[in-house]
Amino acid sequence: MATNETVILDEAGVGRALTRIAHEILERNKGVERLALVGIRSGGAHLAVQLQKRIAEIEKVEVPCGTVDITMYRDDLAARGNLPVGKTDIPFPLDGQRVVLVDDVLYTGRTIRAAMDALIDLGRPRSIQLAVLIDRGHRELPIRADYVGRNVPTAQEEDVKVRFDDSCLPVEVRLVKP
Amino acid sequence: MPFRHKHIIALRDLSKEEIELLISTAESMREINQRDIKKVPTLRGKTIINLFYESSTRTRTSFEIAAKRLSADTINISPSTSSATKGETLADTAMNLLAMGPDIIIMRHAVSGSHYFLANKVTCSIINAGDGAHEHPSQGLLDMLTMKDKFGRLDGLKVAIIGDITHSRVARSNIQGLTRLGSSIYLAGPPTMIPPGVERLGNVTVCATMKEALQDADVVMMLRIQQERQGKTLMPNTREYARYFGLNPTNLQLAKPNAMVMHPGPINRGVEMSSYVVDGPQSHILKQVENGVAVRMAMLYHVSGGGAME
Repeated sequence: MATNETVILDEAGVGRALTRIAHEILERNKGVERLALVGIRSGGAHLAVQLQKRIAEIEKVEVPCGTVDITMYRDDLAARGNLPVGKTDIPFPLDGQRVVLVDDVLYTGRTIRAAMDALIDLGRPRSIQLAVLIDRGHRELPIRADYVGRNVPTAQEEDVKVRFDDSCLPVEVRLVKP
Repeated sequence: MPFRHKHIIALRDLSKEEIELLISTAESMREINQRDIKKVPTLRGKTIINLFYESSTRTRTSFEIAAKRLSADTINISPSTSSATKGETLADTAMNLLAMGPDIIIMRHAVSGSHYFLANKVTCSIINAGDGAHEHPSQGLLDMLTMKDKFGRLDGLKVAIIGDITHSRVARSNIQGLTRLGSSIYLAGPPTMIPPGVERLGNVTVCATMKEALQDADVVMMLRIQQERQGKTLMPNTREYARYFGLNPTNLQLAKPNAMVMHPGPINRGVEMSSYVVDGPQSHILKQVENGVAVRMAMLYHVSGGGAME
């Protein structure tokens, strides 16, 4: 590990945060009825799968889980150049669902804005909630998360990285100083 | 890997990785085409001009649908309604269009290389929708995507291309793209329609007969006889052509049992292909058209990126 990186959440810590978020989602929605998870490619998609597993362990029900790619909805395409476009894969109708949008790091809120636009183009969910593993602050849009793994105060020059292993299981979260 | 071209004029100018990126982007774009609301805001506020100096149904419509699904504004200009009929030069037309601030000009022109000429003059992106007998990159890409859909790969495929190779920009784009991705090409056609030295383009074999090219082919790509581009001297008549170079259920059996049949359209039924084959189970012709929209969305998306330079 480079000297400018510190681990702020280890594997067990990530696991405990996800378990707590799974319980909170079930508590807030009073169970799994019409509940669906949608992860934002790619980190959020991996985390959504983990939340789906935990909800299945608690409630013995597999809630629908999909993936949304927001590249086509970005507001900074001209500045960012050609980002690779991933597939949006939501294999269930969104209409009337209580959708929990899942992302790894909540920062400016622009990704979430794009993801909400993408979801609304695909259907009319009854509600959209937001679950993130890390909230690092510095919002540029009026967006807040309903479920947060850990609040991490950061400077704008810093970076937060959520690392996954080869089978897409979360390993740890690192804070990278410039 | 970022795509670093401002223009897409020929697959010859693109690397293997860039071609693969365009194809994989097209695979992602297909999901949008299956939605109820087939529109994403990606190119909102961009202006795209379709400048077609040659007639076209498929390509122009497909580019226009692709642009609209990405929320760009599109304008179509065809020669019969443009000042070209009054004698305006291509450069003058382009400079006047440019003054209205388009972001992309999609052009089809009868003169090979006219897009390179134009790209040196304009500040917007140029996409080639077919230039003379040079290239037709979007057709090459959509053909490759259609083959990849069926076989999961392009590497190691035997592709037979039959017909008027000399006048075919579709053949040239397919040869440039497919040989980069590891397919082997077998060409057959009347000797007057095979360009000399075509083997130098890569893994290309010129066959003496159509049978030889069809033998164990994974893909049979038939080309249209371009009666508008050639004189009457290259072949005696269409009936004789159909007899020696037409695809029918009998000679198709020489290819592999699961071989796919392709044609860039428009088809001269009964000349290069019999209707039994056009409408038969091995035909992927309409699948090619369907993939065309996704491929053109990918091309428009990648030339619009801010990282583009050339």
